Amino acid sequence: MILPWRLGGLALGLVFLAAVVLVKPIGVSTQFVIFDGILWDAVSPTVVVESLDAKSGYASPNAYLNKSGGAYAKEVANPLNYSFVFVVAMIVGAAVSALLRGGVVRSERAMPPVWRANFGDSPGKRYLAAFVAGFVVLYGARLAGGCTSGHMMSGMMQTAASGYIFAAGVFLAGIPLALLMFRREG
Amino acid sequence: MTSIILAIVIGGAFGFVLDRVGATNPNYIIGMLRLGNLHLMKTILLAIGVSSLLMFAGLLAGVIDPGHLSVKTAYLGVFLGGILLGLGFAAAGYCPGTGLAAAATGRKDGVVFVLGGLLGAAAYMATYAWVETTGVLDSIFGGKATVGAIAGAGYPALLPGLSGEIAGLVLGAVFIAVAFLLPDSLRGGPAIQPAKGRHVPS
Repeated sequence: MILPWRLGGLALGLVFLAAVVLVKPIGVSTQFVIFDGILWDAVSPTVVVESLDAKSGYASPNAYLNKSGGAYAKEVANPLNYSFVFVVAMIVGAAVSALLRGGVVRSERAMPPVWRANFGDSPGKRYLAAFVAGFVVLYGARLAGGCTSGHMMSGMMQTAASGYIFAAGVFLAGIPLALLMFRREG
Repeated sequence: MTSIILAIVIGGAFGFVLDRVGATNPNYIIGMLRLGNLHLMKTILLAIGVSSLLMFAGLLAGVIDPGHLSVKTAYLGVFLGGILLGLGFAAAGYCPGTGLAAAATGRKDGVVFVLGGLLGAAAYMATYAWVETTGVLDSIFGGKATVGAIAGAGYPALLPGLSGEIAGLVLGAVFIAVAFLLPDSLRGGPAIQPAKGRHVPS
């Protein structure tokens, strides 16, 4: 069901290569900001405004959306762009793959076995941890300017210094915490 | 329009493959970080190695446009952000891409992770102006630097005398070699064996 690492690594590598050959390196975490911006702009239409002074043609009172000449503000205003559609397609691709292989077993839909073995059956506990972890992961990804896809994989494949720095941070923190939290195998 | 079609094709393939290599399964990610099951580590190292090797070979052969490269800036926040991401990555077994993909496969903890992520990204938007004043976003190591100098890409090099393409080929080969040399597990006892599909209820 799961590809052997040789085949899986080759397939994943070819996808990253195709992205660079045809368009640009893969990245995901920026689109959390773009989606937030779309929601925010829907509630409060002054969040992204057209601006002749801005390099992108769009500006925002939010410093982050407004940075680099309003580059993110522009994407919020025009979600039908490569990077946003890419992430939507990624979501669909994963769903199609899961459907074709028969989906996730019921017992694993709320938590993986390794969580259950260490922290018990309570979905609430798992969801609280997943929510807090999601918050920390995306705050960290935006602070770093990329995530596992953009910094670690796309970055290291291009021999980017930033990719190595990012990967060092991830594993220096991630491995000790995983060893500490998950003493039992699951 | 072409770019939207490419986004659908490449993005769709990426999501599909993420699921097929086991990256949407937090048991594999946690198994990797607790060093009990290195399946995903070997997969990722091989993927980086293969893509790097072929990309730099393509650059040397002149069939890949160096303008398509996109190197991110190095700054202290890259390391700090990596630490934060690593902590959440370990606790949840998800990163931004795999969290979204896992949510799409029907994992409810993945959906909750994504909701937390949207709030975390919003928190960064709200605090960005302050973060900028701390100086952690200031460039280090020459900013958008690569190991060697890549012709036509316009990025500074950590080792300016070194050919960036050769460095990329060598590092790509190293990633592939490490993928093959790593054992399946660095812990004693059997590796984590997650249930596969619906045939093996756990």
